[in-house]
Amino acid sequence: MAKNKILVGKTSELEEAQPCIVVDGTTEIGIYRFHNKFYAYENLCPHQGGPACEGLLIPQIEEIINSDKTYRGMKFNYQNLHIVCPWHGWEYELESGEMVADRQFRLRKFEVIEEGEEIFVITE
Amino acid sequence: MSSRNRTDKSAGIELPTSDIHKMAVEELDTTKLLRHAAHQRDDRGYKDFLIVDTDCHHYENESLREIIEFIEDPVIKHSAKMATTGGTGVQSSFLPGLVGHQDIAGRVTRYPLRKTEKVPAGENHRDIHLTLKWMDAMGVDYVCLFPTPMLAMGIHPQTEVEVNMARAYNCWLTERLLAVEPRLKSMLYLPFNDPDATYRTVQEFGEKEGVVGFMVTSVRYRPVYDNAYMKTYALLQEMGKPIAFHAGYTWTDQMLSTTNRFIVTHALGFTFFNILHCANWIANGLPVRFPELKVIWIESGIAWIPWLMQRLDNDYKMRSSECPALTKPPSKYMQEMYYTTQPLEIPDDLNVLETTFKMAHAETQLLWASDYPHWDMDLPSKIYDLPFLSNQAKRNILGKNAQKLFSLDVSDRFPSKGSS
Repeated sequence: MAKNKILVGKTSELEEAQPCIVVDGTTEIGIYRFHNKFYAYENLCPHQGGPACEGLLIPQIEEIINSDKTYRGMKFNYQNLHIVCPWHGWEYELESGEMVADRQFRLRKFEVIEEGEEIFVITE
Repeated sequence: MSSRNRTDKSAGIELPTSDIHKMAVEELDTTKLLRHAAHQRDDRGYKDFLIVDTDCHHYENESLREIIEFIEDPVIKHSAKMATTGGTGVQSSFLPGLVGHQDIAGRVTRYPLRKTEKVPAGENHRDIHLTLKWMDAMGVDYVCLFPTPMLAMGIHPQTEVEVNMARAYNCWLTERLLAVEPRLKSMLYLPFNDPDATYRTVQEFGEKEGVVGFMVTSVRYRPVYDNAYMKTYALLQEMGKPIAFHAGYTWTDQMLSTTNRFIVTHALGFTFFNILHCANWIANGLPVRFPELKVIWIESGIAWIPWLMQRLDNDYKMRSSECPALTKPPSKYMQEMYYTTQPLEIPDDLNVLETTFKMAHAETQLLWASDYPHWDMDLPSKIYDLPFLSNQAKRNILGKNAQKLFSLDVSDRFPSKGSS
């Protein structure tokens, strides 16, 4: 199948941790920039079909357990962001696209390339 | 061809995504949010399917100033007017507040963005515009519309407030929404903590346009077998109108107050109250006393059905002397009741779901429901895409069972199909 190279925009225009949606035919793709890395996923939640990439990008929440196994609270892990589908709240790791509650589900991933000052996403 | 859509901060708002971060989000447009649902509608050909949503919601608190104009009691009306005119916003004397965060701390963005949605100016109520918007996106023909905060009215400590609010809401709903838009139906709120007012409600509203039954909010502590309700059940049976029990939760319930994560409060609360009422209903022989009364259990999913059937049947074999009215095992009565599907539990092993469908006599007893716009809503595809259902079973669950149950006239949407 032929590959398409879709222009997303100038690198400088892609804001940190703010999704940009590009449309290629009937396929919608969400592109993210985080810590100078780029990620692209289909804007389609495998749960019920929601526009996953139009939801919030929220840091992973971790539980804090003391050495004696008692519970102290929760904290954000700001290094690991989750893409959250706005329809039902299914959460996907930005890094892998895997659904954090059940890793048999994942967002369809696309390759992102940077050429000069421009960002492209590769589709088939 | 490609096109690009960058979030336009000037047209939206910023939502907090952690203690220190925010994210720009566009204002809510339900049609845009649900455009993938519209793709499903077109791909699956819902245009040729009757789809009836037996449980969906609006936010009646947004219309509270209109509703309280229908309150009859002058003292309660005054209190309500004061509360909607000013106040601190901390307390309300007539809508019991609920601790909880159904929106998963803002992750389900239609909650925090709800008030940003624009509707066209005109005579029709905002709730009609918003409801038709999502109905059209999903391919839904008719809905049974229910309130949201009033689902907790059953725990209001003042029975007279529940009675007055119920009547005011029912008057407002039938006059401003149901009489105006024929695609909107409802099973009206029963002030169940006052059995006489419950009876009067059925008498007064039973024949109003768009009223297809009556609804009891399940979160309450009045037993369904109380003799005071028998005249209401008899009247409903005579009128051919179903009684529905709509599930809910309250974190103040003594047992649920031991939960500290909303996932548990919700998962248990939305099933336990209905399980309790259903078990009491059967054990007291109400299906025998009112054999033609149609009973619907709403918003508990369906996984509880086989569990309760097996528990009651097992005990019944040893303790039938405590349920002398019954002439068959409890599960057989449950198979004559109706259940809405949402939130439909999808186990990894679909054989489990298929067995649940069989035990519940799904083909005639299940009613698809979206629960939209609430957080765990289901699209019609949750039913349509199930591999073990026949085409006829899908049609029944998505619409025809409800059409038959409510004697719905669908001729405005399907001119050739008529009223039954």
